[in-house]
Formats: sequence, C-alpha cells, structure tokens
Amino acid sequence: MNKRMDLDCDVLVVGAGPAGIAACVAAAESGARVILIDDNPLPGGQIWRAAIGDPANPKSQNNEAASWLRRLQASGATQFLSTRVVARLGAKLVLAENESSSIEIAFRHAILATGARELLLPFPGWTLPNVFAPGGLQALVKSGLPVQGKRVVIAGTGPLLLAVAAFLKSKGARIEGIYDQAAWRQIIPFAITLIKRPALLVSALAYRASLLTSPLRYGWWPVSATGEDAVRSVTLTNGKRTKTIACDMFACGFHLIPNTELQSAFGCRLVDGNALVDELQRTSVNEAFSVGESAGVGGLDLALVEGQIAGFTAAGKDSNARPLFRKRRALRKISAAMDRTFEPRPELRNLVQEDTIVCRCEDVPWVSLRRYHSMRHARIYTRCGMGPCQGRVCGAALNFLTGWETGATRPPIYPVRLSTLIREPQISPKEKP
Amino acid sequence: MPNLVKMTIDGAEVNVQAGATVAAAILITRSGFRRSVQGELRGPVCGMGICFECRATVDGQPQLRTCQRLCENGMVVNTDE
Repeated sequence: MNKRMDLDCDVLVVGAGPAGIAACVAAAESGARVILIDDNPLPGGQIWRAAIGDPANPKSQNNEAASWLRRLQASGATQFLSTRVVARLGAKLVLAENESSSIEIAFRHAILATGARELLLPFPGWTLPNVFAPGGLQALVKSGLPVQGKRVVIAGTGPLLLAVAAFLKSKGARIEGIYDQAAWRQIIPFAITLIKRPALLVSALAYRASLLTSPLRYGWWPVSATGEDAVRSVTLTNGKRTKTIACDMFACGFHLIPNTELQSAFGCRLVDGNALVDELQRTSVNEAFSVGESAGVGGLDLALVEGQIAGFTAAGKDSNARPLFRKRRALRKISAAMDRTFEPRPELRNLVQEDTIVCRCEDVPWVSLRRYHSMRHARIYTRCGMGPCQGRVCGAALNFLTGWETGATRPPIYPVRLSTLIREPQISPKEKP
Repeated sequence: MPNLVKMTIDGAEVNVQAGATVAAAILITRSGFRRSVQGELRGPVCGMGICFECRATVDGQPQLRTCQRLCENGMVVNTDE
C-alpha cells in the first residue's frame, strides 16, 4: 500500500513555519529547485496557524502571514504537507513518509526549520486530561475545539501565556488567572528592552487590556492539579502562600525549547540545546543549515530573517543574505533577554513527588529515575524516553530536573511504518526519471 | 454557516466543522483519549505532534497523532482499544 517516490532538488526545506517559508521563498525566488516538507496539513507553522471559521483577520501579523504564504505559493517550490522526514540516509539524502508514500529526497543543501516545542515540567496531576501546553490548547481551539464558557487557568512562563489567554478569551473562555513564574524584578527589565521593539510591547499591552478582569500574577507557579478523569482544580504558590482554583482546563508550559532531533540525526553540533550555526546559518555539517527557533528561540521576526539568509545562501546568492546580518543581530538581543527573563526557577525542580509520572509514554515515575546518573542509564533500566515521543517530553524535563543530556536522537526520529523502511537500500542520490 | 463534516467517533455519529482536526473533534466528545501503559486516562497536550498523547485509530490505521489529521466525511475514529 506504500507508494515509493524518489525525488531530488537543490534545496530541501524541512518545516513550513515562518523560518522555513522564508527560506523556501528566498531560495526558490533565487532560481533554486526547492522541496518544502512539513508534518502539518497546512503551511504556517504554529504561529501562523489559521483558526477555522475566523473571517480574515485585519491584524498586521496576519497580513504578514498572508503575504508570505502568497509568496510561497507563487515561488514554485514543491510542497509535501502531512509529511515527515524520519531519517537521514546519506550525506545528501533523507527518507520521509506520509499517509500513502515513502519518499527519498536527494538534495544539495538542506535547511532545517524544525521550530520549537513548549517545555513541559512534571508536577502532580500534569498527566490528567485537560491539562495542556498553552500553545497546544491554542492550536486545538484554532482547530475546532470550542472553549465557550470554559474556566481556564494559565500558568508556566513566557510571552505565550498572555497571548494564549487573550486568544482563549476572544473565543469565550473564562480566564480564571494567568500565573507566570518569572518575578516582577525580571519582567520589568524585559519590558524595558521591548521599548526598542514597540510593536511587541504594544501587543503585550493590548493582550493585557483585553484581560483586565482576569488576575495576572508574576512570581507564581503551579504545585499540583487534581481531578478524577480530568482536571478539576489547580494549586499555585508564590513560595509563601498557596491558592487553589477550580477550572475545566489548565494550560501550563515553561516557554519554548528548540526541536533539534533532525539536526541531531544530521550530526549537527548542538550548543545549549540549539543547533550551532555560523553567520550564514550553516550548521557544523556542510550541507545543512538550521534556521528559526531550532537555532535558538527568538520569535517570528528573527525566524524570517534567518530563513532568508539560509535560503539565499543555499541558492548561491549569499550576497543577498549579508545585508540581513544587522537586523538579525538586533533581534537576537531580544531573544537573549527573553531567555534570561523566562528561565525556569529552581523551585520548579521540587514539584515532582515520588509517584509523579515523568515519562508519559512509558509511565515512569520520578522514584524510579532519581537513582540513575544519566539519561542513558535511566533509559536502559526504566524504558524512560523509549515510548513513541522518543523522549521529546521527558528528555527536556529531565534535563531541567537533573541536568542529564538527552543524547543524540536515534533514527528513525519518528515512529515509522515498516513499509516505509522496507525498500531497496539507496545510498547515492539519484536523478529524477 | 460553516460546512460540516460527518464522522463516527467511538461508535457515535458527530458533526464537526470542516477544517477541524480529529483531536479537536474527539475532545468535543470526551477529555480522555487513551489509557496509558498503567491504565491512566490521557488526553492531548502539545497540540502539535510532539507528545503523542492524542494517538487514536483513524480508518483502521492505529497510533495516528490526531492533532495533525484533518476530519473527513465518513471518517471512523476509535480512541482506546
């Protein structure tokens, strides 16, 4: 039932968020033959995910999205959506699969724009249904989940919390409170750095203004969530006092961490969890670039600039990339300030109890893990990180809790159909028929 | 009026907006999707194909991440088996 496809291109772009789209457009408009792959059904990534049933939104960001998406469609790049790269087969060859096909793609350059995910930290009750990552809940609501009248508590850290709260409120949710673990003394200097980026400051204030009836607290973090078949209440603390709030949904996430499994499968060097890149966004592996959040979480504007730099360079037009360096430098300053502001506080390491599940796929509790000294040992003896998510959730949590390095991702980097793997070995790139 | 898609989730017929993901459609009917290896009820978390908690069987294909699958007319979805 698995169709086999063999393709080749000049530039393979993995990830159709803003960074990937910008890379794709820059490369294709420079004359390169480009293939763009993304595992979602539509391009746009998380930040440009369209909400179904919404009329065209006049906000500037969405105009920006619409304009990039138009350029993408006009660029002539070949798009494979609902398609996932699962392994690197050779220096310039990857294996991908979708619902119907197994696809080998040969390329000259690969631009990895794999985005970020939310950092989830374990606390008692975090595995209950209706406990979501904040961006995850937003994505589900944009994809058709109604929240009219639902009581939602939002906690964790990062600029996403306010944005998600404002979005959910616009969809009729009752926001029972927004609790960011970052202290005011961290938030104020961050707000001052935003004066140089007034658009961000204005949107933060607009979000806050739309939420005036909901409490917004800094220096508060979650302790536990309770409920039988779904969350019913959450308990939060500021280190001195605690409070318990009844809710139907709890959205909790601790800012973003880059998705670097593919970079790791390529053998790219990672530093502090980010793919290490040079001024042209090239990784330590000759033919691979890394752009956007995967090269350091920095948000939409930085992703667009980095994507273009890599796209131009991969198409042999690095003279077009160089004028973008200055803009990138300024944007990276903001992202460094963001990392400092929203760094998870040490108290969050004390939330896990003995019986708190850390590895959700294999149900491994904290008590079984803490006797080990590395992710590798924990994996061998407890199956921690060996379930379908391949340690994407617990690996990052354990890195925060214990300092363990996750280690290189083994291929295939996603669970894959056997029929995708069973095919003639193919080592050298092939010409298109 | 939004277009509706008719599908079957755990034996019950449901109508959802065209363009909805299967995960959103299941969440309208129930919060818990699957049982963990120790039998705990679990539902979707990340909404973007990372956490694998939203796995379900769609048209006979097991273990699909329903947050990345769009609803289609006549689709048959089963959560925990």
